[in-house]
Amino acid sequence: MAKQSSVPEDEIDTGRRHALKCMTWAGTGLVWSLAGGVPLTAGLLGRDAQAAPVNPALTFVQISDSHVGFDKPANPDALATLREAVAGVRSLPTRPAFVIHTGDISHLSRDEQFDAADQALKELGVPVFFVPGEHDVLDDGMGAAYLARYGKGPNGKALGAGWYSFDHGGVHFVALVNVVNLKGGGLGNLGQDQLAWLADDLRALSASTPVVVFAHIPLWTVYPEWGWGTDDGARALGLLARFGSVTVMNGHIHQILQKVEGNVAFHTARSTAFPQPSPGSAPSPGPVKLPADKLRGALGVTTVTYRAKAGPLAVVDATLG
Amino acid sequence: MRSLMSAARVAAVLFCALTGLAHAETVEIRIDNFTFSPAEVHVAPGTTIVWINADDIPHAVAANDKSFRSKVLDTEEKYSRTVAGPGTIDYFCSLHPHMTGRIIVDGNGSDGAGGH
Ligand SMILES: [Cu+2]
Repeated sequence: MAKQSSVPEDEIDTGRRHALKCMTWAGTGLVWSLAGGVPLTAGLLGRDAQAAPVNPALTFVQISDSHVGFDKPANPDALATLREAVAGVRSLPTRPAFVIHTGDISHLSRDEQFDAADQALKELGVPVFFVPGEHDVLDDGMGAAYLARYGKGPNGKALGAGWYSFDHGGVHFVALVNVVNLKGGGLGNLGQDQLAWLADDLRALSASTPVVVFAHIPLWTVYPEWGWGTDDGARALGLLARFGSVTVMNGHIHQILQKVEGNVAFHTARSTAFPQPSPGSAPSPGPVKLPADKLRGALGVTTVTYRAKAGPLAVVDATLG
Repeated sequence: MRSLMSAARVAAVLFCALTGLAHAETVEIRIDNFTFSPAEVHVAPGTTIVWINADDIPHAVAANDKSFRSKVLDTEEKYSRTVAGPGTIDYFCSLHPHMTGRIIVDGNGSDGAGGH
C-alpha cells in the first residue's frame, strides 16, 4: 500500500483527541461536518469554496454504487458519471492516500462491466480497496467472479466472501461483506464466520485507535421495509463499542444519511450512477429519474480527512455537478 | 409481446374454467416496484410459473429451501419454472431478500391471484 505522510501510530495511541475536519469539491453539495460528534450542516458550497486542508494526517475518498453497465432512463451512461467522479477526485486539492469503493461496482457482475469500472478507477492513480455490493455477486459462482478479481484485498489477506482489514496513518480500517448468503425475508448479512473474524481482528487494538468500518449495505437499520439494514449489524457494532472513535461508511441506498450514536458516526454515500428515493417517500426504492440537468447534483463521492490532536474529523460529501 | 402473453394466459384460464380440466397452465408473476405480484398464488401441480421483471433494477428469484435459483433478471427478462407439488414454495429475491413470495401447489389449484 502506498505510504503517505501520516501521524505516527504512537501519537494516536496516546489517546489524544481526534476530530473530523471538512474539505470539499462541489457544485451544489450539501456539506456537513462533525465537530465534537455532532453533525453540522454547512449548506451549499460552490466549487471554488474548496480550501486546502491544513496539514491533514490522512485523507481518503469513498466512491460507491458505480453500477457500471446501468443504462436505464435514470442514467443512460453510468460509466460516464463514474469517470466524472474519478476526475473530481483527481482535482481534489489533497491527493487522497487511497479510495474505498463500497460496492455495486458493476450492475450485473459481468466481466466487461468490472473491466470498464477497473479501467475508469485506474485513472485515480491511488490504490482502491473494495467491498462487494449485491450487484457484484450475481455471477453463476455467486461471488466467485468478484473474488477472482478483488479477493486478495489490499494485503493478500482477504478472507471468506472478501472481508479484510488494514492500518493506515494510525487508523484501523475494516472492510466487511454483508451481501452474501442472504435469507428470504431478511436484510444484509455478515454471518457467524465474519463476526468471529472481526472479534479477533479488533482484539489487540487499543480503544483509542480510530476505526473506520466500511460495507455495502448500511450496518444499522435505515429502513427495513426496503431492506436497508443488516440483520446482524448490531453484533458488529457491539464489538466496536469500546472504541473511542468509530466511523461506519456504507453505500447501497444512493443518498446521504448520517447519524451519530455515542462514539459511532454512521454515514452513507451517494452513488455515482443514479439516486434512489428517501426512505418511504416512493412506492419502491427503484432509481429516481431526474431531469438531465439535475442528475449530477444527486451523484457524488465522499472525502474523509483524519487528523490527530485537536480539530474535527471530516466526512464531506460532494456532488458531480 | 407482453399483451400476447396475457391474452394467451387469459385464454388458458378461460379454457380451464370452461372445461373444468386440470389442465397444465401458465401463471405469470410480475416483479414491479420491488414486489412480487401477486405475492401468493394457488396453482395446480404441473403449472408453469413465469416471473417477469418489470423494474428498472435487476431482481432474481430464489427458493428459501435452495431448490431453485434464477439467473439475474434484468428489465423485462423472464424466468420460468414448472412446479410439481403439492406443497408450498416460499421464495425471495436474492438481491433484495425483503422481497418474498409464495406458491401454493394444491390439487384443486387454479390460476391464483391468491387469497381464495
Ligand atoms: Cu430484487
